[in-house]
Amino acid sequence: METKPTTSTTTPSDDQFIQIDNFDFHYGTKQVLFNLNIDIPKEQVTAFIGPSGCGKSTLLRSINRMNDLVDGAHHSGDIRVNGQSVFNPLLEVISLRKRVGMVFQKSNPFPKSIYENVVYSLRVAGRNGKEQLDEVVETSLKGAALWEEVKDRLHDSALGLSGGQMQRLCIARAIANKPEVILMDEPCSALDPIATGRIEELIHELKNDFTILIVTHNMQQAARVSDRTAFFYLGNLIEYNKTDEIFMNPKETQTEAYVTGRFG
Amino acid sequence: MKKDPSKFDFTVRPKGETSVWLTAAGLALGTLMVLGLLGLVFVEGFKVFWPSDVIEVTLKGDSSFAQNGHVIAGTITKKQKKLRGGAEEWQLFLGNKDAYGFGFKYIDHAHIESIQKPLDIVVAERTEYGDAIFYPQKITLNASESVSIDHQDFFKVFENQLQIIDQRRDEIYTIEKVEIGEINRKMELLQQKKKSLDPASLETESILNSLAELQTKYEVLASSAKVLRNQQDLSTLEYQLPTGEERSLSLGNFIRIHRPNQMNVFEKIGHFFAEIYRFLTERPREANTEGGIFPAIFGTFIMTVLMSAAVMPFGVIAAIYLREYASQGALVQATRIAVNNLAGVPSIVFGVFGLGFFVYFLGGSIDQLFFSDRLPTATFGTGGILWASLTLALMTVPVVIVATEEALAAVPRGAREASLACGASKWQTIQRIVLPVSAPGILTGLILAMARGAGEVAPLMLVGVVKLAPSLPIDGLFPFVHFERKFMHLGFHIYDLGFQSPDSEAARPMVFATTLLLIILVIFLNLGAIFLRNHLRKKYTSSSF
Repeated sequence: METKPTTSTTTPSDDQFIQIDNFDFHYGTKQVLFNLNIDIPKEQVTAFIGPSGCGKSTLLRSINRMNDLVDGAHHSGDIRVNGQSVFNPLLEVISLRKRVGMVFQKSNPFPKSIYENVVYSLRVAGRNGKEQLDEVVETSLKGAALWEEVKDRLHDSALGLSGGQMQRLCIARAIANKPEVILMDEPCSALDPIATGRIEELIHELKNDFTILIVTHNMQQAARVSDRTAFFYLGNLIEYNKTDEIFMNPKETQTEAYVTGRFG
Repeated sequence: MKKDPSKFDFTVRPKGETSVWLTAAGLALGTLMVLGLLGLVFVEGFKVFWPSDVIEVTLKGDSSFAQNGHVIAGTITKKQKKLRGGAEEWQLFLGNKDAYGFGFKYIDHAHIESIQKPLDIVVAERTEYGDAIFYPQKITLNASESVSIDHQDFFKVFENQLQIIDQRRDEIYTIEKVEIGEINRKMELLQQKKKSLDPASLETESILNSLAELQTKYEVLASSAKVLRNQQDLSTLEYQLPTGEERSLSLGNFIRIHRPNQMNVFEKIGHFFAEIYRFLTERPREANTEGGIFPAIFGTFIMTVLMSAAVMPFGVIAAIYLREYASQGALVQATRIAVNNLAGVPSIVFGVFGLGFFVYFLGGSIDQLFFSDRLPTATFGTGGILWASLTLALMTVPVVIVATEEALAAVPRGAREASLACGASKWQTIQRIVLPVSAPGILTGLILAMARGAGEVAPLMLVGVVKLAPSLPIDGLFPFVHFERKFMHLGFHIYDLGFQSPDSEAARPMVFATTLLLIILVIFLNLGAIFLRNHLRKKYTSSSF
């Protein structure tokens, strides 16, 4: 069943902040996502879990249309953020990405100063007022719990930071734009446990202001940080529920086997 | 002997590793060839500037080498075995070409009776006929007063006179090239203006008046130059050649003198560096075989810079479209292959293209449009440094495109994605992230292009290089940059000295010295670019993408 992308901006209820409707996704001839239907609530953390290759990253990258860069990728169905289809041809992908920020698996700060990294999204949007930028740098870095560590060396290269600091800088860069949604694609997989702990604390704080989607391979992490969890297997959504339910009381046997570590 | 299986055998190499020596030998051979080349050019190139001792050879009574007497003097330029018989023979540089008719002479070592190093023998650089080697006798100043060699201040007076003459030579040059050149330029402009006007109008009259004024100015300058020229020839030097012949020559012919047999090592080193300095800064003399090569250095440098300025933006922009925007299909692949093949086209083909397209078509059109009053004298419609640079830019653009494409492809995906996820457009991403990160790779391409362009000669011969350029492409005359001018080039200079020179023996040292300089210039240009690249690398990489 094909749903037409809607152009209306009817404000949905908070439980349906992001709506994924009958979403199929193909890389060339290979189908990787099958008829997904998920409603993601506003200002909560939703975790996508599942074994490698189950399509959770693909789904995440479809929400801000990062998959546009992949040759031969195509989809059917619809994804709506705050009632607005992300595939609407009238929507500039740039304005979508301003509303849906992203943090990647490997921290990827630009080879610029810490300051310039944070204000990058403002600069490309043509906002160059010094006072405004200074303010954004401070609030974003405070929001990413990095301000105290770097406030004296804002104009040093971002490449001199530690791995955990770099990832928090990437989060600061993502929130500098004041997006509605932050997508996190395994943000802690390259970090040590202490840095991971700090990022997790940060996610807890961020969910007051942002809707967060996180892909993770780490069951405990999903259990610790998320309010809801979706379990994927081979491109299908197996189970989607409150995190407690998924981990304590899974309905599907596959989910149970995965969360208890018997396969995956 | 049987091997003990319980012990390791350290003598056995792993299989397949035995032919490592082959790769090592290949590298060693290549390194040796490069070092040999550099060594030869360095030794032969620097030898030119070293003031060797002058030996005076007395030949045996029955020697067939004696022509005007049995004594000859000169510097040894070569010692070798004869092809037949294997007897040793020496090549001497005798100088005094005006007296002997030749500058170099081979003599058999067996014919030498004795060798001396006379302390007071003088080697003089002259404006004509190359160096002279002689014993000075007497200077006659202004056709009246004379100073003989026995006078204790003879050499002081001599060198003092040479200094005065050198200053006067500079004055003459300034008058003839700069001041008269400026007047000529003004007159030419007025003549052109006159052509387009009605001959009866008032304006024509005023132009004629100012032309007459300029003509008087010109005559004043020309006569003052003539007075100076006459002064150059007032004093004469009488000297004796080693063969005993007495000659005299006006001092205006001499540039500078030195007495190599009296110099100690430090004086020789000083002389060596002074010679190098003069070689780098002076204009060439005597069909380029003497004097310096400053115009060629300057021409090569300006041409390379102009070429880089043209090839960089052009190549980088083309590569950006090819890699980032063009949809990768058969057509783009074909374009890429065509560009790569362009790098292998013989350079003379580019020369022919440059002549046909830049010089005749573009230059001709520019002349028709903007300089029609000067026709039939071509301004841009003839070879010049601009067309030469553009031709070389065209020749080296594939190198830059290929290098840039590779550099762009090597930019990590993460960097692009991060930028796009921040809401940057594709162009913003390229401009702010991709280009800075790939800058070192792009500069590598530029280095390769410069190395190829700076050393290229064949296409230049068609599009603007000349044996002797009357003026530099950048000078003090309005509008200061003259990219339509013909220019001199080190590579062409080498060819010209080696193969087009009237006296190839005399030009040979200059060939090596110029080659050395060309190598050094290319090394310097490359070092500059490498330095820049490393600086950028430090700035942009070591990132953990």
